[in-house]
Amino acid sequence: MKKCRVAAIAVIAAAVWLPAGPSLAQDTTKEIERYRQMLADGNPAELLEMRGEGLWKEKRGPKNVSLEACDLGLGAGKVQGVNAVLPRYFADVNRVMDLESRLVHCQVTLQGLNRADLVKRPYSLAAGERQTDHEALVAYLVGQSRGAKVNVPQAHPLEQAAFKRGEQMFHFRGGPYDFSCATCHGEEGQRIRLQDLPNFGTPADAQRAFTTWPAYRVSQGAMRTMQWRIFDCFRQQRMPELIFLSQASIDLITYMGVKAKDGTMDVPAIKR
Amino acid sequence: MKPITLALGAATGAVLVLSLAGCVATPPAATDAKPAAAPAATTVDAVMRESFKETGIAKLDRLNQSDLQRACSAASATGKTVDGKTAVALQNAARAAIKYPADGKYLGDWKRGEAIAQNGRGLQFTDTATTVNGGNCYACHQIDKAELAYGNIGPSLTAYGKKKGNSEAALKAAWGRIWNSHSVTACNAMPRFGDAGILTEAQIKDVMALLFDPASPVNK
Ligand code: HEC
Ligand code: HEC
Repeated sequence: MKKCRVAAIAVIAAAVWLPAGPSLAQDTTKEIERYRQMLADGNPAELLEMRGEGLWKEKRGPKNVSLEACDLGLGAGKVQGVNAVLPRYFADVNRVMDLESRLVHCQVTLQGLNRADLVKRPYSLAAGERQTDHEALVAYLVGQSRGAKVNVPQAHPLEQAAFKRGEQMFHFRGGPYDFSCATCHGEEGQRIRLQDLPNFGTPADAQRAFTTWPAYRVSQGAMRTMQWRIFDCFRQQRMPELIFLSQASIDLITYMGVKAKDGTMDVPAIKR
Repeated sequence: MKPITLALGAATGAVLVLSLAGCVATPPAATDAKPAAAPAATTVDAVMRESFKETGIAKLDRLNQSDLQRACSAASATGKTVDGKTAVALQNAARAAIKYPADGKYLGDWKRGEAIAQNGRGLQFTDTATTVNGGNCYACHQIDKAELAYGNIGPSLTAYGKKKGNSEAALKAAWGRIWNSHSVTACNAMPRFGDAGILTEAQIKDVMALLFDPASPVNK
């Protein structure tokens, strides 16, 4: 059953690549709507979630253990709802970590995998490339948070500091275009070309944005993680390249997560 | 298919939405292998500095804020517009540095101008020193009514020349706006196309023609 549906999804996803000729914007919106409906009961990211679940439970690395003992913030082995309460402070490393940082941390500490190898190529960026193990693991983990209420903690001083820095960074204008995140995400009803831009100043927009990342991008035929989202927005901002799992990425995710309080997680989502 | 960047540059309709895969950033190269437990930097500046790496043309000096960028960031973070005195100082400094065309001619070729307004390439870490920068005006403005994929961060510029006329004063005002938008409104969202070296003088003449030339579809 599941297999059939998954195969159908793959066909639909492939078809999306074909009609790339120029056409009117309204047609495009309609097309997207059509794919949305076709995909309504099956996001291609489900395939990836399944692969990720396999990786999570498989004995891997020099220590030949699974990741099932990983503490993502709600206790060892607990995966339900974790993405709704991350980033958060972890006493064992004395710092704030987001889901992707903590996942890499567990692969290093539990499985004995090499951090440099894990962070070298976290995203599958070539067209049609197989998604990375990192993306698969993230897909599985965030899928376990569907329906959970966003409640990114702000009790620990380091969590508060991450939020405060994230807020400053959100408004940091720099580079040859003078853009900040707020240039594109700081006003109501703003659009670049035809793309609606969430305004993190309003709870409803912040919730909608935060609770729908990671997302399967129909236009790219791949699921993208939250770290990728910020990496790519900084690229559009004409900034240098954001380092994967850097403190700035964690600070910004903390900021957005706190702004999205009480939203309901619906990830991996599906986007244009 | 024309080269487009993920969001700021794009062509109409289906191309915009369905052809993005070819525009995805190249894979991040070697990433720092700092242990997760390294002592954390705490100030915004220090954290920003250790969180980015130089890639291609995008050097770390892009993190050094100018006075304008610093003042505008501070205002933005408080959710207010920049205070009146600072705004006037920033506007005056921006106005004093505008370079008007050496030959006194403001208008180039509107067709080239339209291509520049459509093109969102340039200055990303995935671009190179030889990438021809676009102006990406459609990302933020309605211009030619025939282009439906326009953004709304800036005001509509339809019928711009018809409304403003072709006087030297009108041309100079628009030139100054495009050269450095902060000469008119400190801390607005529009990039400093001339001042920051995004577009060449010849390219600015071409987008000026798109706005002002009576033959441009903008004024039809
Ligand atoms: C130059 C414009 C621009 C800048 C600057 C920018 N973004 Fe974005 N952002 C976009 C666009 C375009 C999208 C995609 C909208 C879409 O796909 O429909 C987006 C999407 C997002 C999303 C996902 C929202 C959703 O609902 O899918 C998040 C989160 C986000 N940006 C965060 C940031 C952060 C954090 C920064 C600063 C580091 C930033 N952005 C800077 C243009 C920008
Ligand atoms: C990132 C957004 C953005 C981009 C890209 C952009 N603009 Fe603007 N533009 C604005 C905003 C915002 C304003 C209004 C600023 C203000 O409040 O004064 C503006 C104002 C203008 C005005 C003045 C309008 C008037 O009412 O007189 C002109 C002319 C203009 N832009 C031309 C251009 C051209 C030409 C380009 C491309 C080369 C361009 N803009 C690209 C955001 C943008």
